[in-house]
Amino acid sequence: MSVHKSVQHDSALKQACGAARYLDDIPEPKALLHMYIAMSTHAHADIKSMDLSAVENARGVQCVLCAKDIPGHNDISPFGGDDPLFAENLVEYVGQSLFAVAATTRELAIRAAMLAKIEYTPLPAVTTIEQARNAKLTIEDAKTITKGDATTAIQSANYRTQGSFVMGGQDHFYLEGMIAMALPLEDGDVHVYSSTQNPTEIQHLVAHVLGKTQKDVTVETRRMGGGFGGKETQPAIMAAACAIAATKTGKAVKCRLDRDDDMKMTGKRHDFIYGYDCGFDDTGRISGLDIILESRCGRSKDLSGPINDRAMFHADNSYDLPAAKITSHRYKTHTASNTAFRGFGGPQGMIGIERIIEDIAHQLDKDPLNIRLGNAYGDDKDNITPYGQIVKDAVVKEILQELAESSDYRARRSAIREYNKTSKFLKKGISITPVKFGISFTKTFLNQAGALVHVYADGSVHLNHGGTEMGQGLFIKVAQVVAEEFKIPLTQIKISATRTDKVPNTSATAASSGSDLNGMAALNAARKIKLRLIDHAAQKFKCAENDINFKDGMISGNGQSISFENLARSAYESRIQLSATGFYKTPKIRYNPVTLMGSPFYYFAYGASVSEVIIDTLTGENKTVRVDILHDCGKSLNPAIDKGQIEGGFIQGMGWLTTEELVYDDAGHLRTHAPSTYKIPTIGDRPKTMNIEIWDKGRNREETIYRSKAVGEPPFMLANSVYCALADAVSASSGYKFRANLNAPCTPEEILRAVTSLTNV
Amino acid sequence: MRDHIQFLLNGEAVTERHLDPTMTVLQYLRERRMQTGTKEGCAEGDCGACTVVLSELVDGKVRSRSVNACILFMGTLDGKEIRTVESLGTPDAPHEIQQLVAEKHVSQCGFCTPGIVMSLTALQASGTQKTKENIGEALAGNLCRCTGYGPIIDAAMAMTTDTNTNDTSAELSALRHDETVELSANVYGIEKRLYDPKTLDQLTRLITEHPIATLLAGGTDIGLWVTKHHKTLNKIIYLGNVEALNTIIEDDDVLNIGAGIKYADAINQLGALYPHMNTVMRRIGAAQVRNLGTIGGNIANGSPIGDMPPLLIAADAKLVLHSKEDERTIPLQDYFIDYGQQDLRTGEFVKSIIIPKPRTSQNYYAYKISKRFESDISAVCMAMSFDLVNGICSNVRIAYGGMAATPKRAEAAEIILEGHNWSEENVRKAMAVLTSDFTPIDDMRASKNYRMQVAQNLILKAWLEQQSDAPLHVLGADI
Repeated sequence: MSVHKSVQHDSALKQACGAARYLDDIPEPKALLHMYIAMSTHAHADIKSMDLSAVENARGVQCVLCAKDIPGHNDISPFGGDDPLFAENLVEYVGQSLFAVAATTRELAIRAAMLAKIEYTPLPAVTTIEQARNAKLTIEDAKTITKGDATTAIQSANYRTQGSFVMGGQDHFYLEGMIAMALPLEDGDVHVYSSTQNPTEIQHLVAHVLGKTQKDVTVETRRMGGGFGGKETQPAIMAAACAIAATKTGKAVKCRLDRDDDMKMTGKRHDFIYGYDCGFDDTGRISGLDIILESRCGRSKDLSGPINDRAMFHADNSYDLPAAKITSHRYKTHTASNTAFRGFGGPQGMIGIERIIEDIAHQLDKDPLNIRLGNAYGDDKDNITPYGQIVKDAVVKEILQELAESSDYRARRSAIREYNKTSKFLKKGISITPVKFGISFTKTFLNQAGALVHVYADGSVHLNHGGTEMGQGLFIKVAQVVAEEFKIPLTQIKISATRTDKVPNTSATAASSGSDLNGMAALNAARKIKLRLIDHAAQKFKCAENDINFKDGMISGNGQSISFENLARSAYESRIQLSATGFYKTPKIRYNPVTLMGSPFYYFAYGASVSEVIIDTLTGENKTVRVDILHDCGKSLNPAIDKGQIEGGFIQGMGWLTTEELVYDDAGHLRTHAPSTYKIPTIGDRPKTMNIEIWDKGRNREETIYRSKAVGEPPFMLANSVYCALADAVSASSGYKFRANLNAPCTPEEILRAVTSLTNV
Repeated sequence: MRDHIQFLLNGEAVTERHLDPTMTVLQYLRERRMQTGTKEGCAEGDCGACTVVLSELVDGKVRSRSVNACILFMGTLDGKEIRTVESLGTPDAPHEIQQLVAEKHVSQCGFCTPGIVMSLTALQASGTQKTKENIGEALAGNLCRCTGYGPIIDAAMAMTTDTNTNDTSAELSALRHDETVELSANVYGIEKRLYDPKTLDQLTRLITEHPIATLLAGGTDIGLWVTKHHKTLNKIIYLGNVEALNTIIEDDDVLNIGAGIKYADAINQLGALYPHMNTVMRRIGAAQVRNLGTIGGNIANGSPIGDMPPLLIAADAKLVLHSKEDERTIPLQDYFIDYGQQDLRTGEFVKSIIIPKPRTSQNYYAYKISKRFESDISAVCMAMSFDLVNGICSNVRIAYGGMAATPKRAEAAEIILEGHNWSEENVRKAMAVLTSDFTPIDDMRASKNYRMQVAQNLILKAWLEQQSDAPLHVLGADI
């Protein structure tokens, strides 16, 4: 079997040897120009004048581009029509692209850009959610999902909890920054190399700015040095600017953003203010919940609509809500347009209810796990989400119970409470939280994929599909699927770069859907060829097609056998087509994007985690010391790769909730735009003990690729237990008298603030 | 003067003349040598994707350490060796570390992987014992956004200890280590020049001749002037090969640390004297930064947020300032006059730092507060020293970084304790008067309120630790 096996990443050795080529490692074309994109220094201003004459005359400069130089449309938005490639008269965030310079070296391009004379007329800048709320500035109308009558349910409940808290945004901090390179072709066409999760989108947008059609543009992506959602829409700036400069100058043009510029220019995870009002009974069972989600979308729509929709779809997390009202406000601010980031709004929507559960447990003086189990979807519930989808595989209770057992959660919780009695300044906390994450793009038409498989006459196989590789192991998983279908070793398959001229009209590699969609499409293509090979072998062996058997690189039937290589040769010589395209579309999903009611998801992925933390109540310093995870990957295609996603997702989520703080000043300048000031987890932040298990009972009830489940995003939200454990420790500093009022990220400063606020009650 | 540098690149001797002395090693590797295995992640020495191994001869032996190629200037390489990921193995014939990295699923996106391989190579070459702590210390400067680090630790634990297959002492000895080097190049019409003197005399003469030259030691700060601020440094005097600046002289009473001594060279000796200094110093930057950055540089550049100044001011360190005419010794705290202003005369340079050894009655506590434990700049750094005889404090020195425009002593708080009882009551009084010592600011690292509150609490923390004689820290807690 090639599937369900821990095969190492296809590029692992090349990466370890520095031989895996990222975009900037491709040998450079002759006379390559290097581009720098100049950025706005104002959050909101009219551009009074922009004098670029000194830039044009600077040493080494061969091309300067601004809005008027765009041959096609000045828009690189995914669908909103509101993202100019270059600002025209107005700037709406610090970091917005103004113009581009292409010069003989990168340094000369940067130095030339510094010579621009730009005059602004500053306008009032709205940079925070509160300011946008007051100014009533939105990117689109608020949306609401209702189930039952939440208001009455809350008012008639015996118990009630209310509150609000803030969760910060997050920079993707992919290690490879944004980069693109465009090669001019004949007929004014371009070949664009882009570090993107979405080659088709880049192709479409490059054609759009060039005033051409998609056939005139080819986009190629072999691999990214990390994406995490940040390379879904954002790479368009670099790709489009390079493409214009390349067609203008007739030379290849490369644009590689410096880390600081990357962080200033591109969008991030949305920060949210989460407000709640919840009614419940003396067992902790929720009767009604009213949630208000307010998000900072930045200057344009980008993907904020679907991101906020997903936040709403995940406000229930794993819990059955008899009555719920979920309202979502999408605010416009004069900051970079926030964008996709692993979880796509899910984490922000989901973490709130975990806090609410902790509140309920605190009020009733119960173990939060009991409250979780009491509210979780399962046999005893109607299992209808607030948006009307029936949860058919409610396994979350089972996972929670198994994990509580294996992690010794209850005994450890008691021990921690004992420890906190005697430890005056250091306090420990613990929490167990579940994850239920909906799988499918909420824009239903995106749930499609294509693949292209060639079997050459020597039996070697070329594999191509619409998914992109950003480290998540998609390419090896899809190769495993094809190897399994042909029963050949993986070494016989060449994994190739994603290209829009091989597989057209693809969706972004996003929404955790990569393997589900592309694995199925590749299987479809491989199966077409396999059926032709079976037909050929049956004729050759003079037996029925049913009697043909593929095993270990051999094809046998009727007492005869032939190697895959020789069968391919024989089929070729018999003029049989050994190339096929494959296609897949996700079944069963349908919902109304206006009312948000229906079944947007094909299935759900589940998991749970226990985090134990310790805080210092004098300094707010904190550390996650032990984590236990049980995660449902269905029947994992590749347990090693999936485990990597689980651990990596958790640590990234932990970073979002602890050390990663985006700080803006009042004028809208991001003050944390490099790793010197923006702190993603380091090796020492990894909990000393991390027990990660893939749930051995996992099996997708839907017919996904080999019954596996998507695993890219769901583990990110396992880190919610870190936030709840920190809140538990903060509450311990008051002898559990008060619940913690904790915002995220829980930096030392935030922890100390929360501790101090309890002391001063 | 010699007009060229000589160094080893992956074992091969290279001579370069007319090379931009501030070209970074990363740029040289990727753009001149087409060796693209080494990656740029941040260009400021904070992510480790560009990690290479820098080797030099120390007492006739090869000493190999991880450094960030993105902020290392080519002009500093004379007589040294650079090893990159390409020197180890290929996908067909991988080095043990590369094989382990692949097998243990260390790479996902793989962009940080070459840097991690090189940090592991340096760890292997150091012969350091393989414990989780040492592995953590070796890799704290290598950010990975994909894995969560578990597989990296597994691979590191599985690698064998140094087999010393890469002894290039003969090749390194064969390079020239004499004479001042003057490396110059015309870059975009600007003449750029780097002097690399080898003796104190040569250095003093050069500084006298070129008083406006930039003095370059480790370059962990100056590197960013070039890579981030695009500043042209047209005249540089490099201090790294001046022997007199690169020695530690120990006698019965003091350590005299040359200004060119790197954190990595001083950490053990200083740490043995002041255990709390050890703890904080191991959290300055990460291995790659401590392997380049110097204690003298951390002081000389006058930053209000450097960690060494408060650590050393509390220890009553003195600064030796040298010029052609004169050599003078001043208390370290007097060096810092105001933001961007230091007591350094034209033609003068920091020669060494004199650090007294602790007295038996001396107590010394130091704390670093930052958003992240590893590789982060302090929001507040505090060090406190006092003698305790019969319950009475004397020689009280409390110094802070991050609380003012310069590293500064908390004079009002010191007065409360000086000559008085070491009691919780007095500790709390000292905490209270800290508001008259400092008016901290808000910035991206912390708010002024947090800075003040935590600065106060750190005095209490010292009190608590002194009372219980046990560390009170989330990292040290027994869990």
